[in-house]
Amino acid sequence: MKKLDAKIPSGPLGAKWTNHKNNIKLVNPANKRLIDVIVVGTGLAGAAAAASMAEMGYNVKSFCFQDSPRRAHSIAAQGGINAAKNYQNDGDSTYRLFYDTIKGGDYRSREANVYRLAEVSASIIDQCVAQGVPFAREYGGLLDNRSFGGVQVSRTFYAKGQTGQQLLLGAYSAMSRQVGKGKIKLYSRHEMMEVVIVDGKARGIIARNLVTGEIQRHSAHAVLLCTGGYGNVFYLSTNAMGSNVTAAWKAHRKGAAFANPCYTQIHPTCIPVSGTYQSKLTLMSESLRNDGRIWVPKNLEDAKAIREGKLKPTELKEEDRDYYLERRYPSFGNLVPRDVASRAAKERCDEGFGVNATGQAVYLDFAAAIERYGKAEANMHRMENPSKEEIIKMGTKVVEAKYGNLFQMYEKIADDNPYVTPMKIYPAVHYTMGGLWVDYNLMTSVEGLYALGEANFSDHGANRLGASALMQGLADGYFVIPYTVGDYLANDIRTGAISTDLPEFEEAEKSVKNQIDKFINNKGSKPVDYYHRKLGLIMWDKCGMARNAQGLQSAIKEIQELREEFHKNVLVPGDANDFNPELEKACRVADFLELGELMCKDALEREESAGGHFREEHQTEDGEAKRDDEKFAFVSAWEFTGVPSEANLIKEELTFENVELKTRSYK
Amino acid sequence: MNLTLKVWRQKNKSDKGKIVEYPVSDISPEMSFLEMLDVVNDQLIEKGEEPIAFDHDCREGICGACSLYINGEAHGPGRGVTTCQLHMRSFKDGDTIFIEPWRAKAFPVIKDLVVDRSAFDRIIQSGGFVSVNTSGNTLDANAIPIEKHVADMAFDAATCIGCGACVATCKNSSAMLFVGAKVSQLSLLPQGKVEATERVKNMVEQMDKEGFGSCTNTGACEVECPKGISLENIARMNRDFLTASLTSA
Repeated sequence: MKKLDAKIPSGPLGAKWTNHKNNIKLVNPANKRLIDVIVVGTGLAGAAAAASMAEMGYNVKSFCFQDSPRRAHSIAAQGGINAAKNYQNDGDSTYRLFYDTIKGGDYRSREANVYRLAEVSASIIDQCVAQGVPFAREYGGLLDNRSFGGVQVSRTFYAKGQTGQQLLLGAYSAMSRQVGKGKIKLYSRHEMMEVVIVDGKARGIIARNLVTGEIQRHSAHAVLLCTGGYGNVFYLSTNAMGSNVTAAWKAHRKGAAFANPCYTQIHPTCIPVSGTYQSKLTLMSESLRNDGRIWVPKNLEDAKAIREGKLKPTELKEEDRDYYLERRYPSFGNLVPRDVASRAAKERCDEGFGVNATGQAVYLDFAAAIERYGKAEANMHRMENPSKEEIIKMGTKVVEAKYGNLFQMYEKIADDNPYVTPMKIYPAVHYTMGGLWVDYNLMTSVEGLYALGEANFSDHGANRLGASALMQGLADGYFVIPYTVGDYLANDIRTGAISTDLPEFEEAEKSVKNQIDKFINNKGSKPVDYYHRKLGLIMWDKCGMARNAQGLQSAIKEIQELREEFHKNVLVPGDANDFNPELEKACRVADFLELGELMCKDALEREESAGGHFREEHQTEDGEAKRDDEKFAFVSAWEFTGVPSEANLIKEELTFENVELKTRSYK
Repeated sequence: MNLTLKVWRQKNKSDKGKIVEYPVSDISPEMSFLEMLDVVNDQLIEKGEEPIAFDHDCREGICGACSLYINGEAHGPGRGVTTCQLHMRSFKDGDTIFIEPWRAKAFPVIKDLVVDRSAFDRIIQSGGFVSVNTSGNTLDANAIPIEKHVADMAFDAATCIGCGACVATCKNSSAMLFVGAKVSQLSLLPQGKVEATERVKNMVEQMDKEGFGSCTNTGACEVECPKGISLENIARMNRDFLTASLTSA
């Protein structure tokens, strides 16, 4: 069996990254000018990598399918970014951030990678502030922090509920500066369709100009995939409509191992599904759980009355409410990690306590926070015996300052005022921890092909903690890849430009053109979305918040049948040489239809519950996830063999030298 | 709900384009505007016609991709929303709805309702940044305290999503609100102040080069801006620009 070498540097945990940086090869400034690098995707990881590498002197080509790099989906991240700054003097440290992340990931990530992430986290905040990112500040002029799930310190930096936007615009501006200087060549409205491998090394990509339909060949000495996650395999998710797995999947088909595909993050606080026409789900930031209390009625009759509109939640007495997170997990309460909170919501709704028409919603209530803040304000203003109305008015103002844009977003979608009536929320697919397997240098199992950010699998194990995605994307792009890529490119300083006339480019281009022609000439009867929705339902029902062997086995069959029907019967209107969004979708859904099968296979083989992967067969008596460290403390890396579910499993054993594996308890 | 859509259809950049009428039935008021268009498109596809092309991505009002001119208003009726956040409950049964692309010389139509907004990217490339390289050794983030109200003002300016509604709304197709917002964000902060003079000159020059019109202070941009970016940003940019013109060569 093939082995995967994670190339983790030797030495003590805290010294690994420094030693590694001191010992890897460098490329001198004159030689960097002779080297081309392709960066696919312009989210936090992609924009940060493109900017940093161009600043160093490499010739960068940057690709995104959006009309501008600024629209990559990192823009939608709301709550914040973690960093071990310990500005709050609450005992935070690199080690604590490392430990929280390893524990939060249910002990299924690599110690060395996670430690490095924690180590560079502080530099990210410094860098972003230097770029002019307007983080939230306190009256003294210093940066403000808040707390997120799964931790007991306040280490999250934020910019209202738009942290992702501000960080991405920072990276976008750094990148734009290099575009202006001619060091980055920007290709927006271009989709990567295939990776080109020459003599076992990634040497370029085939891209489609989405406006003209032109198929292009682009060569480089290294290719960086910063293409995000694959949550849209579920059709309904908090991802953007265009988010897709195509780049990663094409790399997988060309030999890159895909790691832990079954680890999916279902975010506990999203606006519930309201109808069959629905195209996407909207997240309500985890930061809301700092102040919001989650509950359902204690009695089934009350839940029923609420569902039927006969009872209002505000009419329900305190003792008739079940704050189930506070009840089950007293030490973390409403701030338990996402996987735990999601499953708890599902459990209550499955038992019949759901509070909307479909029975799939719970309350997120701010009444207590409004009152608490209102009283604090009254104290600050030395008001004596303030009336309840005055307290609520002042408290509402505080809550508005903290979460205003989120409340507004909720009100627009749900047509309900969350300052008065508690929000209704339900879990939804949000993030994927799995992704392309990478070693410590972020290189996939194909030489010269790298994966950064959500596209790789490396740092979050089986569950990601809140505000860690932004941290990882920027860590990979700003502070990891600029060093590690040099180690590989140092061997390419005499190679010269890679020719796009090589037969490998020709072949890759031909296969792309064939796929496109097949879709256009298919003349079936059903649009792409019809199949995408069906795939989503299979995945949600059988490979979603809870999974079992029987369901997964049947899902694999159903997906195979659906895929066959899709290729036989999909209808793609329009022309290949034109702006054709339906054609774009068809190419993406074709890949989701293969990935879904691999996810089910991975979930089936992992006979334990870990983080976002919950196998019904493996739970404790009180319904908590039950890991099996003896048998499953490894990364499942899958090698493509032709049929997704017949992929080859390569195990990368996880060794824990610095933390003791424990049952993850938030009680 | 039953509606009549009058939609701008244009095959490509060089096509002349025209309004085409589509009757639409069984629309739920809970649908978003773009979900309504999804339904229309699925019906068109099944009839063998080409669907209506429109830009969209995040569908939660933050990416800035969606860009429809609905009944003569950028992002349609309602304030502080993008097209993707507009719901059909804002319309009445039997309504006729006109849907057009952003109209501006600097935003040429690509197809139907999709326009090319790369001019915005080029303006940012000309100076919408702080000239700082990635470094693990920059100043500690708390080394320079910034007054809260200044940081808040910079943040408010920075919330621009680059959708282009300001340009589409302006009778002169001016991009002053977009440019003013970026200029303000960076010149308000100590990190950006250092090169504020060069920045405002370069960005205004690029803005003019792209073919955007002048500002005549009607304030329509501020009204239609989904993020409520304030006109003050234009005033600040004008002040900075004037200072820059007077004090440097």
